[in-house]
Amino acid sequence: MILARGLRKSFGEFDAVRGIDVDVRRGEAFGFLGPNGAGKSSTMRMIAAVSPVSGGELRILGLDPATDGPAIRARLGVCPQEDTLDNELNVRDNLYIYGRYFGIPKAVVRERTDELLEFAMLTDKAKAKVEELSGGMKRRLTIARSLINKPDLLLLDEPTTGLDPQARHLLWDQLFRLKQAGVTLVITTHYMDEAEQLCDRLVVMDRGVIAAEGSPLDLIRQFSTREVAELRFGVGEHESLAAKVEDLGARVEVLPDRLLVYTDDGEEVLAKVHERGLEPIAALVRRSTLEDVFLRLTGRSLAD
Amino acid sequence: MATDQAPRAAAYPHLTPGGALAVITLRNFTTYRRYWKLFLTGFLEPVFYLFSIGIGVGQLIDTFEFNGQQIPYAEFVAPGMLAASAFNGALLDSTYNVFFKLKYDKLYDQMLATPLTTADVARGEILWGQLRGATYSGAFLLVMLALGMIHSWWALLALPAALLIGFAFSSVCMALTTYMKSFQDFDKITLAQLPLFLFSATFFPITAYDGWLRWVVEATPLYRGVVLCRELTTGSLTAASAVSVVYLVVMGLIGLVVVRRRLDTLLLT
Repeated sequence: MILARGLRKSFGEFDAVRGIDVDVRRGEAFGFLGPNGAGKSSTMRMIAAVSPVSGGELRILGLDPATDGPAIRARLGVCPQEDTLDNELNVRDNLYIYGRYFGIPKAVVRERTDELLEFAMLTDKAKAKVEELSGGMKRRLTIARSLINKPDLLLLDEPTTGLDPQARHLLWDQLFRLKQAGVTLVITTHYMDEAEQLCDRLVVMDRGVIAAEGSPLDLIRQFSTREVAELRFGVGEHESLAAKVEDLGARVEVLPDRLLVYTDDGEEVLAKVHERGLEPIAALVRRSTLEDVFLRLTGRSLAD
Repeated sequence: MATDQAPRAAAYPHLTPGGALAVITLRNFTTYRRYWKLFLTGFLEPVFYLFSIGIGVGQLIDTFEFNGQQIPYAEFVAPGMLAASAFNGALLDSTYNVFFKLKYDKLYDQMLATPLTTADVARGEILWGQLRGATYSGAFLLVMLALGMIHSWWALLALPAALLIGFAFSSVCMALTTYMKSFQDFDKITLAQLPLFLFSATFFPITAYDGWLRWVVEATPLYRGVVLCRELTTGSLTAASAVSVVYLVVMGLIGLVVVRRRLDTLLLT
């Protein structure tokens, strides 16, 4: 569905994307993870055929975006990071007019508009103005709108940023249904739980390059351990205590408020910590998550 | 459900340029259906000028000569207002509204996510400004007819002339708008709009100007529009009309090309 080789994007002197290789296959959910400024959105815009490629090769649905932009966009659904709805139109017309931009015949668009209002649970808001909608409703409308042309490939740029937990879960549910229906999803996110929930495969981007690639589980295996023991001691003690537990895990990370010991058996680590006469104020053992992978690969300092 | 059969390749050929123009116009028409009253003020303004200056002040003026014909002063002013209607109407949509859609509503970003192209957006938006201007002119032409100010079949062509004036100004003003950074920049448009309205031989003949000043006024776009409408409604066509038509067509086409290029630069980054 998407094939990129050495794909680059520069804005003047600034290189936002510095040579990435990506393959997205039909029917999968593919994620771009990365901190702000990693080049995710620039990549998405190139895939959406609205941003000229600065270098390398890009094929979307087998077509070249430089020459076949309209033909590619006809088969894409795009859900941008910010809800760019048409504020001068009501909810129903947002779907209807957008469908007409694709050249879909009136009767067909009308039918799909009704279906999508249902899908987005906005049927009783059909006549409402966009500004009357809540954040979650706007997001659902944006996603519904991106489905009006029955896209082969749906691009979602941070689909759940700014939503409350209920709205997020509802949206995940809907995206999962789309995936089941055979739509290829490409998602950018910086929520790790979202990536674990939705993505079959993902790449972690950092400063314009791909830092890692694989399924969520692969990445955890590759870049983290099975479990993490978190040990909390008194403030200021962590730095000095780190040396005493260093040999217990594959890796130890010192944070201002706790020590993280990466290990395959967290309980064993805890037992050994106690054996050595160390008494953490609090301790817990948890499974490694994609977040651990992410922070390992992209660092803990703020990107911008 | 909307989403349950695969594969889901788009079955419809995307829009032709004409189809795209129609859909963008449909979008703009839909947004204005609720605000049709806004059209009323734009229509009334030139009518008020016609009554106050054309007819009111006109009573102080006995006869008036235009292209060798004796006409009442009001019939001299009316075609000026006809051209100004198209001019003002086109400006309304191609400046503030375009700026808002471009910078705040991100409407063109939405359109460009679909098979529509920057050329489609440029044509569609320019057409809307043009239609707004021509709507005012069309209504004004009916007022002129009702007041018995039209004596020539040439006046039928005043409507296409108004469309042409609308096209020229809509496209050039939209082009200028793409360079605007904030709403304050529109002061410059207002600064140009009023003198163009007052001094384009709308209320007094071009012969009031001497020497180089006359050449300057003759080379301004609204003057070309005014003289074109005036020659049509009075039925006294000269070579000046042909000059005006070519002038306005070229002006509009230049604006169109600039708009498309600017949308490429601003939006397809």
